[in-house]
Order: sequence, then C-alpha cells, then structure tokens
Amino acid sequence: MCAQLKEKNNATNHVDIPERPETNLWKDAFRRLCKNKMSVLGLIIILILTFISIFAPFIAPYHYADGSFMHNYEKPGERYLLGADFMGRDVLSRIIYGTRISLAVGIIGALTSFVIGVLYGLISGYYGGKVDNIMMRIVDIMYGFPTLLLIILMMVLFKSTFAVTTPGTFVGTLSDIDKAFGGLFFIFIGIGITAWIGMARMARGMALSLREKEFVEAARATGNSNFQIMIKHMLPNLIGPCIVAVTLRIPRYITFEAFLSFIGLGVNPPTPSWGMMISEGYKAIRSNPHLALYPGLALAITMLAFNFLGDGLRDALDPRMK
Amino acid sequence: MLNYIIRRVLWAIPVLLVISLVTFFLGHAIPGGPFDKEKPVPAEIKANLESYYGLDDPLWKQYTDYLANVLHGDFGPSYSSRSRTVNDIIGEHFPVSAVLGILAVLVAMVVGIPLGMISALKQNTYIDYICMFFALLGVSVPAMTLGPVLVWFFALKLHILPVARWGTWQQAILPAFTLGIGSAALLARLTRASMLQVIREDYIRTARAKGVSEQNVTVHHALKNALIPVVTVIGPLFAALVTGSLIVEQIFAIPGCGKYFVTSVTNRDYPVVLGIMLLYALLIIIANLLVDITYSWIDPRIRYS
Repeated sequence: MCAQLKEKNNATNHVDIPERPETNLWKDAFRRLCKNKMSVLGLIIILILTFISIFAPFIAPYHYADGSFMHNYEKPGERYLLGADFMGRDVLSRIIYGTRISLAVGIIGALTSFVIGVLYGLISGYYGGKVDNIMMRIVDIMYGFPTLLLIILMMVLFKSTFAVTTPGTFVGTLSDIDKAFGGLFFIFIGIGITAWIGMARMARGMALSLREKEFVEAARATGNSNFQIMIKHMLPNLIGPCIVAVTLRIPRYITFEAFLSFIGLGVNPPTPSWGMMISEGYKAIRSNPHLALYPGLALAITMLAFNFLGDGLRDALDPRMK
Repeated sequence: MLNYIIRRVLWAIPVLLVISLVTFFLGHAIPGGPFDKEKPVPAEIKANLESYYGLDDPLWKQYTDYLANVLHGDFGPSYSSRSRTVNDIIGEHFPVSAVLGILAVLVAMVVGIPLGMISALKQNTYIDYICMFFALLGVSVPAMTLGPVLVWFFALKLHILPVARWGTWQQAILPAFTLGIGSAALLARLTRASMLQVIREDYIRTARAKGVSEQNVTVHHALKNALIPVVTVIGPLFAALVTGSLIVEQIFAIPGCGKYFVTSVTNRDYPVVLGIMLLYALLIIIANLLVDITYSWIDPRIRYS
C-alpha cells in the first residue's frame, strides 16, 4: 500500500509547478508601496531633502550667515533668488541649511522614540504582571504631562544652565557638544524624553497580544531565552506598525522644533531654522511676505512628504489590505 | 462600571502629584530667581522679599507648603505681577484659551465630519480623492505655515479680516480656523474610515432590503453608528487643542494661557508656571477619563476588562 502511494506521489511530482521568486514581508511591502503614487512622491521628496541637507554647502548660493546690510529686505530677484531677510542674508540659502536642522530633529526624534519606546513596550508587554504594571504606571504618569509645556520648561532649563560654563567639566562638555550641533543637542534630549511614550504604549499592547500566540510558546519550547524570544521572534512581528507610527510622528517633532525656534528657545542664531525664519519674517509680513511664507512652504512640504510616506507605509504593511 | 470610574479618578491623583513634583523641581532648577530681572536691590531688601514669598525655605518645605495651599484652591501669588494671584491670572487668561479651543473644535466638526461622510459615501470617485487630499494637506500643513499665509491673504491682501489680537468675532475667525483645520482633517479621515466600515454592516443591508430610502439609511442608520469613534475622539481633541493653542496664540498675539506660560517661564514666575501646568494636565486627564468612560459605556465589552 505504501509503495503504491509512493508511486502515485512520484507520478504527480513530475507536474510542473511554476517557480515563484522568493519573497518576504519587506519585499512585498516595498512592492505595494511603490504602487502608491503619493507615497512614492513622499519618498522622493524626502530623498531630495536628505540630499539637499547633506550637500548644503555646495548647493546654497550663499553661506547662511553671510549678511550684507546694503541688501537687507531685498525682494526676490536675480541676486537673491528668494529675497533677503532683515540682515541681508539670502533666504534660499537659509532654507537649504535649515533642511539640516529639521531633518536631523525628525530623524533623531524618530530613532529615540523608536529604540527606547519599542524596547520599553516590548519588555513591559512580554513580562506582564508586576513588571508590566509598574512600567505602565510610569508611562501613564508621563502621558498626563502636557508635552509642549514640558519641552519648553526643559529647554529654558538647558539653555540657562549651560549658557555660561567652564570648559572641562561635565557641564562644559555638554555645552560644547551643543555648540557643535548648533544648539540642537538639547532639543534632541528634550524631544527624546517626551517622544517614547506613545511608542511604548503601542508596542506594549502588541506585545501583550503576541505573547499568547503559539510561535512564542514554540520558541520557548525549543529553548530560546526570554531575550531571544523578544528580539528574534516578537520584534519582527511588531516592527511594521511601529515603523508606520514613527514615520507619522516625525512631522510632529519637526513642528516642535520649529515652534521652539519660533519662540526663541530652539537653535542658536545664526544657525537657520525654519521656525526662527518664520518668526523673524512674520514681523515684516506686511511689506515682505516672502520672508515668512517661503520657510513656511518648506516646512509644509517636508511634513507633507512624511505624511504621504507614512500613509503609504501603513497601507503597504497592513496585511488586511492585500 | 462605577468601580472602573472610581479607579480611574483615583489614579489621576498620583499623576497630578508627580507632575507637580517634576514641574516644581524643574522650575527651581532653572538658574536665576524671580527678582533678577528688576533693578538690582540691596541685599537686605532682596532677602526680605525672598522670605516674604517663602523662597528662603528649603525646597521640600516650599513644595509641601505649595501643595497644602493648592488643596485649599490657592495657587499662590504671582511673582511678576505683584497685585495679582495666580488664580486671578489663570481666571483671566484661561477662558480665552478655552474659547479658542471650543471654536477650533467647532470648526473641526463642522468642516471635518461632513467631508468625511461625503468621501465615504462616494468612495473611490473624484470627490473622495479630492476630499482626502485636502484632508492630508490639512493634517500636514502646520499652524506655523498656515497662520502667516492666512494672515497675509485675508488680512493684508484682501483686508477683510483683522490681523491679530482677540476681542471681536472677526478676530476669532483666523485663529480658530488655523487651529481647527488640522483637527478637521483628522476628523474627516476618521469619519470616512468609520463610515466605510459601518456601510458594509449587515444591518445596513437589511435596512435597504426593507425598502428604506437611501437618505434615511445614511442619516438614521449609518451616521449614528459611524459617529461613535468620532465622538469619543472629541474630548481629547478639545484638550489637545487647548493645550496646543500655544502656537496660534503666539502667531495671533492672543492673550491666552499658552502665551502667558512662555513669558512666565522666562520670568521665572514659578507659581504661574506650576498653575498652568497643573491645569493643563488636569484637562488632559479629565478628557482621557471622559473618553474611557464614554467608550466603556458604549461598548460593554470594555467594561469588564
């Protein structure tokens, strides 16, 4: 009987099954992402912005701090393509250099919130019980904070504490790092402290539901340690929605930084930040609207690009929409 | 259900305590005191001032005194305006922020919900694509871009609306719109997603099979159910708008709490900073609590979790 079955099996094995190329979640998602024209547009814009921010010194016609009082408040023309601000600095060059600030803030905010938040939520959700309870209580408490107010408070603290420092001490080194970044370092810290909370909650919810699945039990049965289960087995399943959430949060971090610069608590002048340019330009909006409108346009385009990409990623990674 | 509510309300107390603790110590960690900006006074007078306001007590004592006062409803004096207490200041500025928030939520609902509904009913047609594109624009364009653009266009070019400040109803239009349009876009997307789900439910099919007119199906059967997730979002949305109105208040020079917060932090006016922080935190907590209660009331499955 077994021999007959085997023969039957062998006979059917000669049927030609067409070869499909090997694929996985990411290749699949990328393919679906590429079909979505808006998200491709967003991705292209982000790549262009990254290119601009890296090669800013080569692209910008003038240096961002090059001002000449002979030409202040000049209208857009052949000398200054988008006009000049109150100190005679070229608006276009400042927008180009400003791309660095906004993208840096967006990326660092995303990285911090992703790494800290996802790990925190993963650990909390996986262990459950008391550990989860305590960790989530901390998150709940931090969730009640009005974020923007807290960031403002922290920025004032950082700026005034690190304003006058003696080099060589810990405080002095931090202040030097900050100056090297053009005033961004403390913004990174400020945004990082508040950004991870939302991601932690999300990751924890997903970890809690994944914990009960069979593959976790199987992984445990085959001898994986807790750490291995979390990183090798659960994390790849969580990562899709987390990436979507992070991409969609980046515009918020960019707005935070722009607002901080708007009220003067952000980057140190003359480093250009779009928020600071808008705030300076707003004072002259009646006669020189270009000073406030062009940085605003740049800000809007950047946020639009990230939103397009995030929407596209969400549709591409959603298994229900296949 | 009552148990759930009581648990959540009791949980708010430690949250507020921690927030007050963190804010208090952060505020005092900022170098400089409240009396540095004025003309330099002789040391004895400064010492007198500080002891009058209790600033020479050890920090922990200042904190516990502050807490004791807050429990009696007294948020303390303001260091920068001598004649006013924090209660006065907040009482004067908070209604402005609250009204701005309410107007923004109204704009969001009036613009966003119908847009989302129309999109859902005419899914995948040009109307759907256009509405969702505008929704995406509304979510992406920040208040800092939109504000100056609107001011430039409506106030400076067309001269039909005032530029800034607060008081008349015309002055309220631009700020409410700037603040509300982002939320309108959010509500539009949410309404559309929810409506799309509801339209596919069986009870809608039954209603149509029974011969109910399409308009009645939409309004009486689909809309009510589609609006559930939207309504639960409105609470936190209001809280987010009030606490996030900082940006719009700066752009339009509106005398609200947000703008005052920034000036108080720069002036080291600790009681005002603490008061506004606690108030906003309370607002967020209440809004989140309301959402959870509404959710658990509407969906009984959550009650027993």
